[in-house]
Amino acid sequence: MPKDHGIGAPSKRREDVRFLTGQGRYTDDINLHGQAHAVFVRSQVAHGRLNGVDTAAAAAMPGVIRVFTGADFEGVGGLPCGWQVTDRHGQPMQEPGHPVLAQGKVRHVGDPIAVVVAETLEQARDAAEAVEVDIEELEPVLDMKAALAEGAPKVHDDLTGNLCYDWGFVEENREAVNAAFQKAAHVTTLELVNQRLVPNAMEPRVAVGDYAPATGDSTLYTTSQNPHVIRLLMGAFVLGIPEHKLRVVAPDVGGGFGSKIFHYAEEAFCTFAAKQLRRPVKWTCTRSESFITDAHGRDHVTKIELALDAEGHFQALRTETYANMGAYLSTFAPSVPTWLHGTLMAGNYKTPLIYVNVKAVFTNTVPVDAYRGAGRPEATFQLERVIDKAAREMGMDPVDIRRKNFITEFPYATPVAVEYDTGDYHATMDKLAEIADLAGFEKRLADSKARGKLRGLGINSYIEACGIAPSHLVGQLGARAGLYESATVRVNATGGLVVMTGSHSHGQGHETSFAQVVADMIGIDENMVEIVHGDTANTPMGMGTYGSRSLAVGGSAMVRATEKIIAKAKKIAAHLMEAAPEDIELKDGAFTVAGTDKSVAWGDVTLAAYVPHNYPLEEIEPGLEETAFYDPNNFTYPAGAYSCEVEVDPDTGKVEICSFAAADDFGNIVNPMIVDGQVHGGLAQGIGQALLEGAAYDEYGQLLSGSYMDYAMPRAGDMPSFTVDHSCQTPCTHNPLGVKGCGEAGAIGSPPAVVNAVVDALQRSGHTNVTHIDMPLTPARVWAAMQG
Amino acid sequence: MYAFDFDRPATLDAALAALQDEDAQALGGGQTLIPTLKQRLAQPSKLVSLTAIPELSGVRADDGALTIGAATTHAAVAEQAAGSYPALACLAAQIGDPAVRNRGTIGGSLANNDPSACYPAAALASGATIVTNARQIAADDYFQGMFATALDEGEIITEVRFPLPEKAAYMKFEQPASRFALVGVFVAKYPDGVRVAVTGASEEGVFRWTEAEAALSADFSPEAIAGLSVPSDDMIGDLHGTPDYRAHLVGVMTARAVRDAV
Repeated sequence: MPKDHGIGAPSKRREDVRFLTGQGRYTDDINLHGQAHAVFVRSQVAHGRLNGVDTAAAAAMPGVIRVFTGADFEGVGGLPCGWQVTDRHGQPMQEPGHPVLAQGKVRHVGDPIAVVVAETLEQARDAAEAVEVDIEELEPVLDMKAALAEGAPKVHDDLTGNLCYDWGFVEENREAVNAAFQKAAHVTTLELVNQRLVPNAMEPRVAVGDYAPATGDSTLYTTSQNPHVIRLLMGAFVLGIPEHKLRVVAPDVGGGFGSKIFHYAEEAFCTFAAKQLRRPVKWTCTRSESFITDAHGRDHVTKIELALDAEGHFQALRTETYANMGAYLSTFAPSVPTWLHGTLMAGNYKTPLIYVNVKAVFTNTVPVDAYRGAGRPEATFQLERVIDKAAREMGMDPVDIRRKNFITEFPYATPVAVEYDTGDYHATMDKLAEIADLAGFEKRLADSKARGKLRGLGINSYIEACGIAPSHLVGQLGARAGLYESATVRVNATGGLVVMTGSHSHGQGHETSFAQVVADMIGIDENMVEIVHGDTANTPMGMGTYGSRSLAVGGSAMVRATEKIIAKAKKIAAHLMEAAPEDIELKDGAFTVAGTDKSVAWGDVTLAAYVPHNYPLEEIEPGLEETAFYDPNNFTYPAGAYSCEVEVDPDTGKVEICSFAAADDFGNIVNPMIVDGQVHGGLAQGIGQALLEGAAYDEYGQLLSGSYMDYAMPRAGDMPSFTVDHSCQTPCTHNPLGVKGCGEAGAIGSPPAVVNAVVDALQRSGHTNVTHIDMPLTPARVWAAMQG
Repeated sequence: MYAFDFDRPATLDAALAALQDEDAQALGGGQTLIPTLKQRLAQPSKLVSLTAIPELSGVRADDGALTIGAATTHAAVAEQAAGSYPALACLAAQIGDPAVRNRGTIGGSLANNDPSACYPAAALASGATIVTNARQIAADDYFQGMFATALDEGEIITEVRFPLPEKAAYMKFEQPASRFALVGVFVAKYPDGVRVAVTGASEEGVFRWTEAEAALSADFSPEAIAGLSVPSDDMIGDLHGTPDYRAHLVGVMTARAVRDAV
């Protein structure tokens, strides 16, 4: 029987009541008195010299308050990059300026040039069309390899070229890896593309800037996954506002998937303009605009080589990846193809020698940054695809070759700088075989064949590094921030609690699962615990939510703060019962003295803390409120095994997913229902990447897939009914909850399962020349593969 | 969108009068026009809604034909044509999503003549008659290429008459993003022969595949068209399929439609 409350219970998501009844309060729901509306004038060309912006006609139009251009931002800072990568030769990456509004050049379709602020949105839109922009078009740089060729046009004139960095990892292993390839019995090589994706959170980005002239306080309401990070970046690097005069509020946020981590120009603009104009300024992104301004994801082109001995043991791994940065460095862009990607190239396997080379390239496209999984899906995809290919070449079973190479002893230090604390990869593979009925595949294959369909089975493992991240480690790796998390637990006189967390919830269900943890620790009803997040004015400095870190890091901070609360409450209880604090036990919301029948209720103690008539004032302060900051000493390493069965229509190339099974090890589980939902969402995103989604530019740098007419979002009807299991649990050894994180697993682990399955289906049906198809596996691509 | 006047007349005459204004634009269900306006890609002075005119709505079967008022929604066709012309009802039931089907109209679809829309295939394969306020236009004369029709400025489709076939079926292969037809084939068998119309595939818009029509008129079976193919020269090539792929799908979808025809 599952528990019905506390840690381990499938408590219903309390936030869904407001989300499902239209009572959420999103940034666009915020309308301030006297608010003006901003509309951005954006570049319609991918690359050009900005010779002039004529705002006179626009400024004279009805309702226009002011038209801003790059000239208004000459004394203002640019958008900062939060991570500095050091290249193979010990040199820092090339880091171009990133102005709020274009200065001298435009570098991608969508690059902001001017902003009209008007009384109404329609007036601002009308006037935006009247802004005259003089651009001398330049040849755009789109293909990454062409961008690095001699004589290629430069995205940034002041850099030495379009190479951001050429990163080698671990550079010292390079020669040893090459030597291992020289003597390998078998080498499998695969070239593949991990295509560019557009995040498409359901809620587009919104920013509302406000300024109080009397106090000099600025406030930004924004669609963010990390309001404190935005406050720090925008205040310190762009606008020069000290943090105590700047408040950032991220209220209900309708999905982020990474795209709302970053500090965007529109946030800085609205905050800046509100102060200039002495009135609130609001900007709401249209969906069309979000396609060309939200940071995109993925966009890697990779060659991966795996060296094996004659028995199929992995001897060495070597990769060369071109990673698209787009036109500017988005906030965490440099870290994605490096520290979030290279460090995962060991996967679940004891490959002794690994060398990863990544060339990050500037192009005239929308900036690329972290998107659900961020680097880890790219690592997993190439590794699990090349292993499948190697198994086929060597005549080995795809499960057997993986099992033969699984890491089985922990802790395990990989050759790519991380140490897995715990895991059991055979256990998740065993579980997968059970829940996916792998033994029954042959029968299902025969059934499909009888119906004229080509059936295939794809299997893979995955591992990810989550719970981001130990500050001391990421500091060594180039992060310009710490990655701890914070929580303040405030107990009220009548016993209820408010937990103010630095994590941010934008769909994850923290308000429910966090409350379960605190309630469980004290032994009270979950409804006595309220979770507050998203406002820098009432939460401690936190780093926000991404990288499946909220429970592992934010939850740990909350546990530490609650432990402090309990320790203090025990002292109060001891005083009330005239006992020693060390003899006090807390269970089911009551304090007892060990070995006696003396007891005081939780509420009696909390009341005493705030009405300290009978209270040890000489030993402890009144009140019951504690804050804790938690900095993990390692990443967490969720892992698992996935399988996908597909049917391919031989006449059309259309792929139907018949079943998908996921056996995950997330360590301990707080709310199994929420974990199921997180996995379902991740799988839908990963399957979406595998079969449907893909951003495409034409030769002029126009985004061809700039709307839902051409960018294929996954829909419920595209998905099978998932079979998920997280009963294999090797608890994390270094955080108090033993949790690992589950938010990204589905998106990381599923694309290779789908592609492995489709390639398997084609191989089984005689298309033995098809060893790979690049994503998305559209009917047209699969059909074309079958023809050739 | 830009500002415009809005008129919702109750009679056809009033609608025709309202459309005399310069830059006035007729509005059916608005499933194409309204998004176009939102993108500021059109700037009509006035929208004249045709949905409040009683004689433009409704489905009736008589004399071996099914007559559908131009302002009838896809949802209404899906429901009300199910008994008399199931293939057409089935086509209507697969257009867009429920919101689209409850707003979009058959007249709006035919007047727009999107090269990937479904209704043009049904109208052309059925040898339908497009009835306007001024005249009757045979489907073979009506469709004149992508987004081009025989309609004159200010002319309003009032109803569409579909001769009822002995057997018919529509097979749509969806474009993965828009879910419009990447290739859609409507096959209809009449006593005097078989008609095959293809949408989604050609740069010229909906077209008849006459070679398949001849083969199927002689032998209405999927095998009859084995080995036949449409040339890929005029086929659309884009993110979602090459001309060759579309040409291939025309054959596949035609065979499936024949197999499915009831």
